[in-house]
Formats: sequence, C-alpha cells, structure tokens
Amino acid sequence: METLAISLVNAVPLLAGVPLWTVTLLLMVAVAAVILVFALTFEGVGSLVLRKVAGDIQARIGPNRVGPNGMLQFLADGVKLVLKEDIIPANADRLLFKLAPYFVFVGSFAAFVVVPFGVGLIAADLNIGIYYVMAVTSLVVIGVLLAGWASNNKWALLGGMRAAAQIVSYEIPVGMALIPAVLIAGSLSLQDIVRSQGGLLGIFGWNLFHNPFTFFSFFLYFTAAQAETNQTPFDLPEAESELVSGYNVEYSGIRFGLFFLAEFGDMFIVAALLTACFLGGWNVPFFHVGTLPWIWGNLLSLGVFLTKAFAMVLIMMWVRWTLPRLRVDQLMRMSWKYLVPLTFVNLLGVSLWLLVFRGKGIPGMIASLFG
Amino acid sequence: MEAQVLFDTLKGKFGDAVVELQGEGCSPAFVVVAPASVQEIARFLRDDPALSFDSLMCLSGVDYKEKFAVAYHLHSMKHRHAIGLKVMLPRENPSLPTVDDVWPAANFHEREAFDLFGIVFEGSKDLRRILLPEDWEGHPLRKDYKYPDFYHGIKV
Amino acid sequence: MTIRTDALPTQEMTINMGPQHPSTHGVLRVILTTDGEVVTRAVPDMGYLHRGLEKIGERVTYAQYMPFTDRLDYLAAMNCNCAWAWTVEKLAKIEVPARAEYLRVIVCELNRISSHLIAFGSYTADMGAFTPFLYAIRERERVNDLFEMLCGNRLTYNYARVGGVSGDAPPGFLEKTKEFLDYFEPKLDEYNNLISYNKIFVHRLANVAVIPAEEAVAYGLTGPNLRGSGVPFDLRKDEPYSVYPKFDFKVCVGTGERGTLGDCFDRYMVRINEMRESVKIVRQAVAQIPDGPVRAKVPRLFKPPVGEAYFRSECPRGETGIYLISDGTVNPLRLKIRTGSFVTMNIFEKVTRGLMIADVVAVIGSFDIILPEIDR
Repeated sequence: METLAISLVNAVPLLAGVPLWTVTLLLMVAVAAVILVFALTFEGVGSLVLRKVAGDIQARIGPNRVGPNGMLQFLADGVKLVLKEDIIPANADRLLFKLAPYFVFVGSFAAFVVVPFGVGLIAADLNIGIYYVMAVTSLVVIGVLLAGWASNNKWALLGGMRAAAQIVSYEIPVGMALIPAVLIAGSLSLQDIVRSQGGLLGIFGWNLFHNPFTFFSFFLYFTAAQAETNQTPFDLPEAESELVSGYNVEYSGIRFGLFFLAEFGDMFIVAALLTACFLGGWNVPFFHVGTLPWIWGNLLSLGVFLTKAFAMVLIMMWVRWTLPRLRVDQLMRMSWKYLVPLTFVNLLGVSLWLLVFRGKGIPGMIASLFG
Repeated sequence: MEAQVLFDTLKGKFGDAVVELQGEGCSPAFVVVAPASVQEIARFLRDDPALSFDSLMCLSGVDYKEKFAVAYHLHSMKHRHAIGLKVMLPRENPSLPTVDDVWPAANFHEREAFDLFGIVFEGSKDLRRILLPEDWEGHPLRKDYKYPDFYHGIKV
Repeated sequence: MTIRTDALPTQEMTINMGPQHPSTHGVLRVILTTDGEVVTRAVPDMGYLHRGLEKIGERVTYAQYMPFTDRLDYLAAMNCNCAWAWTVEKLAKIEVPARAEYLRVIVCELNRISSHLIAFGSYTADMGAFTPFLYAIRERERVNDLFEMLCGNRLTYNYARVGGVSGDAPPGFLEKTKEFLDYFEPKLDEYNNLISYNKIFVHRLANVAVIPAEEAVAYGLTGPNLRGSGVPFDLRKDEPYSVYPKFDFKVCVGTGERGTLGDCFDRYMVRINEMRESVKIVRQAVAQIPDGPVRAKVPRLFKPPVGEAYFRSECPRGETGIYLISDGTVNPLRLKIRTGSFVTMNIFEKVTRGLMIADVVAVIGSFDIILPEIDR
C-alpha cells in the first residue's frame, strides 16, 4: 500500500504537498470501499443465486417478480430489511445485542483483505495470509455467542452455544487441511501459494493434483468449511425446523441483514481459499499472466479467479440443498473423532511426501520424465 | 368369542358386579358392570388367556340424559374379538377407579372424559384437563352445560 | 444417554417448544425440561385447536355433520368422511351400492398417498433436507387435481354421503387416475435413492425412540406407528370393511432394517411402503369398479334406529374409531371420535425421556401427528 501511495504521489503532482500517511490512509479507505462494494454485491447476488439454485433443485422457479427473471430481488430484500422496525427484546442486553452483528460481519469482511483476486489485485499481500484468515474468521464465534446470549431467549441461547461449539471444533480441521498448500508453496502468503501452482503444467499444476494427500485435503477442507459457514448438513445453529432460526431469532431489519450477508461473505471466503489453495487461484492454464500488460493481465486473472470461486460456491449451495442435517452430537463426533485425526494424518502424509520426493508433485514428476 | 358366552363367564366370576348385557342395537355388545369393580374386571379381561383383551380401542364418557356412563371398547390382538364394557354413573360426583394401570392407553382418554364430563377416575396417575385450559370452569359435553359469558375478560 | 452428575452441577432449563413452531406439525405445545441438550421431560400440552367437534355433533343432523369430519384430519379428509359414512351406515344398517364403495376406496387410498407424501416431506424437511418436501408437494398437487376433478375441492372434500358418495366420477377420471399411478410409482424409488437411505438421514432416525411391540399395543398405538413396531395389524386386512376384501395387497411392517425394530426409521419406511401398496389397491379398484348408482336412498331428515355402534377404519394416521349413540332423533346423542394421533400422544412423554432436543423433533415427525385429530 505504501509503494502504491508513493507511486501515486509521484504520478499526480497535485498531491505533492500532502503528507504520505494521508495519501496512504485515503488509499486504504478507497480500496476498502471497493472491496466492500464487491462483497456486498456478491452477498446480495449470492442470496439471489441461492434461491434460484434452490428453486432449480426443488423443481420450482425461484424469485421471478422483481426485475427481469427476478434479478433485482436482492435489492428489494435489502430495501425491505433497511426499512424494517428496529425491535430489541425488552429484557435483552442492549449493548451486546447491537454489537453482535458487527462482530460477525467484521469477522467475515476482514478476511477479504487477503483474497488474491488477480495478479496484482490483492488488498494487502500479507506474508501471514492464511494465518490471518484463520484468526480473523474466528471473530464470528464471539459475535454468534453474543447474539445468542444477548437475545434473552432460550432458543437463541441454544443456537448460540451450538454455533460456538461447532465453529470452534471445526477450526482445527480447517486449518490443518490448508497447511498442505502452505507446505508446498513454502509460504503463508496467498499470492505465493497461487504463484506456486502456476506455470506450464496447466491444470495439473494445481495443488489438487500435486499428490494424493492434497487431493484428500481438498475434500477435508470442503467438509470442514461447510461446517464453519453453518451450511447444511452442519446448519444446526440456524436449524429452522428445530431452533426456529437459532441465534438470530430475535434479530430483525438490518441487524438480521448483517448476519445474513456475513454468511454469504463467509461462503465466498471459503470458496476463495479453496480456489487459491487447491485450484490454482488466478492462474490461466499454460500461460504466464504476468506477461500481459497490467490491465489485461489483471482482468483475465480476475475473471479466472471469480469463475473458479463461483463454481465452488455453487457446489456448496448444491450440497446444502441435498443433504439433511446432522444432530449436534453427531456433528461433534464427526469433527473430533474423524476430521481431526484425518487431517493430522493427512498433514503427516504431505510432509513425508515432500521430504521424500523433494517437493515435487506427481504431475511434476511425470513432466520431468518427458524432459 | 360370543358376547353371551363372555357375559356368562364374567357373571360366573364376578357375580353381582356384572349387571347386564346390552346386545340389542349395540355393536359391539356392552357388558354393564358396577363402577367399583371396573378395575378388577378390566385386569381379568386383559390377563385371562381365553379373552386376552390387550388393546383398549376407545374409552368415552357418555351423558344419557338421566345418568352418565363410561364406555370401554376392548379388542384382542390375539383372538381378534371385541367387546364393550359400560359403567353407569350418577350425575352427581361421578367417579370410578381408573384402568390406566391395566391399559396405559387409557390415560389420555380418561383425562378427556374428566375434562369434558367431570368424571373422576380414582387412582389415575395424571388426571388433569387435557383439551381445555387448566382454569376453565365447567364441563362442556354435559347436556346441561351453559356456556360462560367471559373467559379472562374475553367474550366467549 | 446418561446425564453427568460428577464435577459440574448444572441446572435444568425449561424451554417452551411453543404452539408456533415449524416442526410440531400444528399448534402443539411441548414443555421441555432439558439438561443442556438432553431432554429430561417433555410434556405435551394440547387443546389449542379444540373446536368442540363432539359437542357440535349433538346439534347437527347426520348428513350435516359430514363437512365437520373434513376438518378432523384435513390431510386425509376423504378417509374421515368415509369413516363417518360407514359408522352411520353400520348403525342404521344401510346398504351402499357397489360403485359407491369402490369410489370410496379409490379416494381413500389416493388420500392415503397424499397424506403419507406430506408426512414424508415434512419429516425430511424437519431433518434439514428441504428438497424432498417440494417433490412430495409436486406429487400431491396431481392428487389434488384428481380430487378437484371429482368433487370440486382440493383439501376439504365433503365427498362421501350417508348411503354413498355425492357424485359419480366424471368421464376421464379413471383414466387420469391410472396416469397418475403410472407417473407416481417410480417416484418412490427416486425418493428412496435420494433421502431414505442417505447415511445422515438414517443416522438421525435409527435407534431413536424404540417402541417394542407389547408397549405399542398397550399404549394404544395404531396404524403405521403400530406396524412400525413389528405388529402386523391392519384394519383393512384384519377387520375388513367396505370392499377391501376384494383387493390383494401386503401389510407393511417395520423390519428393523437400519436400527432396532420399532425406531423412527421403521415407522418412516412403513409409510413409504404403504404408499406403494395404496397404488396397488387403486389400480385394482380402477380395474374392477362396476357401474351402477352411487348413492342409496336415505331420507333427508334421517332418523336411525335407537342403538350404539362403534366403527373403526384405517386412516393414514392410525385408526379412526367413531362411537355413535343414537336415540332415534335426527341428531346423534353422543358422538365420540377416537383418532390415531390423540392416542399416540400417550406414549410421547415416555419415549422422549433421555433424547436430545433434535430427537424430539424426529419423534414428532415419525409419529405423524396432526393437531386437528388430537384436539378435535
């Protein structure tokens, strides 16, 4: 960000007198605004796509009244939520009640900072990328617990407790399943991980095909992440038919809207991480995107990245509408008895592989046979 | 088993407690018994191997205009025969022993008879109103029931 | 599931699974006392839908009571209509023409299919899989279209009459019924592939709320709930009424295929298999139906002889037994309706002890209760 600010000051003589830190700050705000617009648009359109996909799977048409083919439904929903009466239950803890949605939204939105959208399109290429995402998305637990407690409602409390237990339990498999990608790239930074999958091997350069253990960790991460984002089959915290919407039962209006948007934001983060770590990120097969001029390279890589991420989101939605829900003890058992040992064994496997084969994957070895 | 044969068996065993057999126009036929003996007769009907009425089909309170009655409809899964048992009760303080330790299915039916008629089942493990609110006054299915005008301030 | 009583003393929580709840299949209030997620006591509180149907029966005539029976179990209204008609006919010894009986059986079995579809769909929706519910609704729409063709209504049919049915099947009805059956039968295999044997679904249902056979009989369970515990008792076969003896069908019994005999999964599978048998019955009925009148001559202000009759028929949710006492006037003296759902709730408190809250929802769904039947 600093370098960008410096180059901006140099390029535009008008800004010569402005101190550097102001320009940097303004630039950061501008970038955050751009990402916020993208996130909100994605979350809005995502909710619409969810309903249309649900309609397709359930043999019906989704929303089709507002706008052509129902395209503007999310705007209508957004306007409705904003205009709703702000109801806070009588004995609820007012401060915590108002604070909870922000924790959840910030926990989801702050992770957008390190998402590698394109060759040069990343808000901040932190060298602790994955670590940062893991840490920041854990803020959601606090938000959900606050929402459950502050609502002064036993059903919300149950939902909040279940959500906290679930998210915390699935943090471990999520983290452990991402580490193979880190090991192969040798760096926690997401841009490095994406770059390590690029090159002339094309699709087979993806971490997905690197070795059997990373192939396996793709599915482990997908499952654990489905649990992290409270999607069916792990959507107990908001199990509509049991807990009547769980921890956000007392929320209405834009506060509920923030929970709702944060869920889609989380889905995108998970999809982005899946794409970046396992599916080659913004890499175009058999092509070095960096060779193109700046604007075309970025547009192309952005397009590739978004296509892959949206495909992952669609698959998550597909799973969501097909499978029934796990009970809370089955969910806990699945995490602690199955996913955690599996991810540890997986990690061990990847480490041994990299040690034995000196960091080369199966496609790399096959390619080197042909020179 | 024919109703007359059953009636004779019961009469032989319980004597005066078994009052009469209502066979005409009643399907299944009813054996009218005295209120106090209902529990032991029920137990005999369930446990005797030739009868083995292990399933209580229905238990209803009835308001014949001069008196109350409780009608039991019994069925045997083993022998596939059915019989009715009837107990006649006075209109004031109708009460009789419960049969819910003989057939657990009786519990809700007895609660309903208590709720709608006011028939008390002595010894019942849980006798409280089931369909109406706990603080409702009166027993609606009685022929002389008068609807209340207000309930908690709401016009009925 | 044992409750821990060692180091950390915990308080019990009383939660109200209130009258308005997406999973209680109506306005059922369950007062749960839980220790965390484990239920120590679940007391059902009924009566929110009590409309005094039995008292109303003492005020109206026998013919006027027919629409009230629709509202007794609105998802199986044809079955309730026919149950009332059969009871009055048993009391007054009225002879019903053969074509009317065949039409009654056709509509009763079609209604059994649509009622079981809702039971299946809402059960899977309670378990979190929303999609099969919509597939079930799609099939049910076609049954509703058939009924609309027949009697003009899609939910509360008022089709049966004392002495027959209200009107003959219009031309094309029987062909459309056959078309529906041909369309519907493969769908059952589709549902089994999609959800019935899905590992998550089986894990939610198997070994939950096991009811052994003797207990089921003692507590008065009937219908699919009784057959799910392994007792092969079906009124259509064991105490046949109407023209059921002329049809060849199996009695579907739970087999403990994915858990213990008598658990929720057995009760669920009994319903799925019963749909298949109902298709068989309707096919045979459509093939065998004779021509003739559809209504016997019954006087308008009909006065049956003095007497008492108890008639029970196999409704989708259990047996519906109607105890009818007539004193020779145009209104019944006493009319008691014993429904399957009401008696099934007897065992609810016993069976939910020690389950988790999510299992309480599974139990309610597996019993397939409906509140109008419980509350009348």
